[in-house]
Amino acid sequence: MKNNHQNTAFNVQEIRKDFPILNRKINGKPLVYFDNAATSQTPQQVIDVIVNYYSNYNANIHRGVHQLSQEATDKYEEARQIIQQHFNAKHAHEIIFTSGTTHSINLVAYGFGDLLQKNDVILVSALEHHSNIVPWQMLCEKTGALLKVIPMTQEGELNMDEFDILLQLNPKLVFVNHISNALGTINPIKEIIGKAHKVGAAVLIDGAQACPHIKSDVQALDVDFYVTSAHKMCGPTGVGMLYAKEEWLKKLPPYQGGGEMISEVTFDKTTYADLPHKFEAGTPNICGGIAFGATINYMNSIGFEHIAAYEHELLQYANEKLQTIDGLKIYGTSNNKTSVISFNIDGVHAYDLGTIIDKLGIAIRTGQHCAQPIMDFYGISGTARASFAFYNTKEEIDLLVTALKKAQMMLS
Amino acid sequence: MSIETIQNEIVDEFSMFDDWMERYEYMIELGKSLPLIDSKYKTDDNIIKGCQSKVWLHADFDKDKVIFTADSDAIITKGIVAILIRVFTNQTPQTILEANTNFIDAIGLKEHLSPTRANGLVSMIKQIKMYAIAYQTQQQS
Repeated sequence: MKNNHQNTAFNVQEIRKDFPILNRKINGKPLVYFDNAATSQTPQQVIDVIVNYYSNYNANIHRGVHQLSQEATDKYEEARQIIQQHFNAKHAHEIIFTSGTTHSINLVAYGFGDLLQKNDVILVSALEHHSNIVPWQMLCEKTGALLKVIPMTQEGELNMDEFDILLQLNPKLVFVNHISNALGTINPIKEIIGKAHKVGAAVLIDGAQACPHIKSDVQALDVDFYVTSAHKMCGPTGVGMLYAKEEWLKKLPPYQGGGEMISEVTFDKTTYADLPHKFEAGTPNICGGIAFGATINYMNSIGFEHIAAYEHELLQYANEKLQTIDGLKIYGTSNNKTSVISFNIDGVHAYDLGTIIDKLGIAIRTGQHCAQPIMDFYGISGTARASFAFYNTKEEIDLLVTALKKAQMMLS
Repeated sequence: MSIETIQNEIVDEFSMFDDWMERYEYMIELGKSLPLIDSKYKTDDNIIKGCQSKVWLHADFDKDKVIFTADSDAIITKGIVAILIRVFTNQTPQTILEANTNFIDAIGLKEHLSPTRANGLVSMIKQIKMYAIAYQTQQQS
């Protein structure tokens, strides 16, 4: 296995060598991958961990007395500790492995089914992904709680004055994403959490879009629940985490029943296992969990301060270059945003744009980005979205701009 | 003209192009020349939703033939809509139901008819066949 970068000076060409997929050709052209907000690419260091797991110590964890099971258990629990340290959770058992952000949110929403009453208010931001809207709507249907929306501004920021007003309704829960997937806006979550706590509301932050760019400290944020997926930060799909304060994990009922999550089972009564196992029924994604730890180590070896600085440079460069295209409009113009640009070109449908530039080897996302309420707010059917990662380059942005101009010529 | 003849004609037209760009440019031209659906039929009832692009489809029955008109908000989708309309319009319900769309593969546009593409085209073909069944049932009753 290659060594990690050990936080040396940032060199994008060296970093690109870690990602075998970047050598691919698409329609005969070198791949330009700008769909990082949907899923990010995986470095060889993490691929090696996955291959090593299945080649050398694949076994079911926690109950086995044999050597392989013990090795797999050790690695899996070591990954939990890596994640704990990365997010600065107080205890390792406050990190629950899940299949990803959506699973984590559903786990919490299910748990609150028993804790909410009719007409309790819960707040959700207008910038949410469908996965942070639908589970709460389902919860409201079940409990009779009321879902209220924190509105957004034209710039794609949350309207904090309206938030203050909504807090007077004494909400029980507040859900906001750390960073909007559709627009890239970084929300003022520290302020949101502080204000929500003052009125006694618990806060869940969807960190799926933040984790590839920012190192979050759950204790400093004083957040109740923080959720994310490994695949947004160069790890594999199908694994993610729920961080929750210990007191909440004790309070919430288990989400799924099965093996692993029990302490004693008789036909009369079952007692649940201690944390974190109470929420981890069945055989987990063992390899995924271990690889999640590996990807955090990889990202830290590059250093989040380097990643953030370089991505900001890419964002500014792209902003400037995209403005040279006639009729291009950017949605989400907050000064506080990550390397995501959602845009449309006058008279050109995003689907057509995405289709043509795909032929030129460039991968972007088009459509509603699972955030239909944001599209409705702007009165558009969708956007094209280019999202940059630390392994992208300015040269690739130039290729994007050239491709967009070509597509514009063909389509208008 | 039979559906098969029209399909062969389209395959011939596309075989003249050397690369994807010419193919797409031609498709965009076809999209622009699509006889537009009467605006009174461009309703929510006639909309076929894909989460990426929308297609509107309307059917009229003229003697024993089905006449289709359509539109889309995306021009590439509209190009394929134009091709499909050319194949299926002014045919009897029976021939519509028997026809396949394999020719799309032959002209290098198969990806647009993938069920995961979410552009409304797969549902459009299904809807065309539904209209054919509806008219056939009407004829027989």
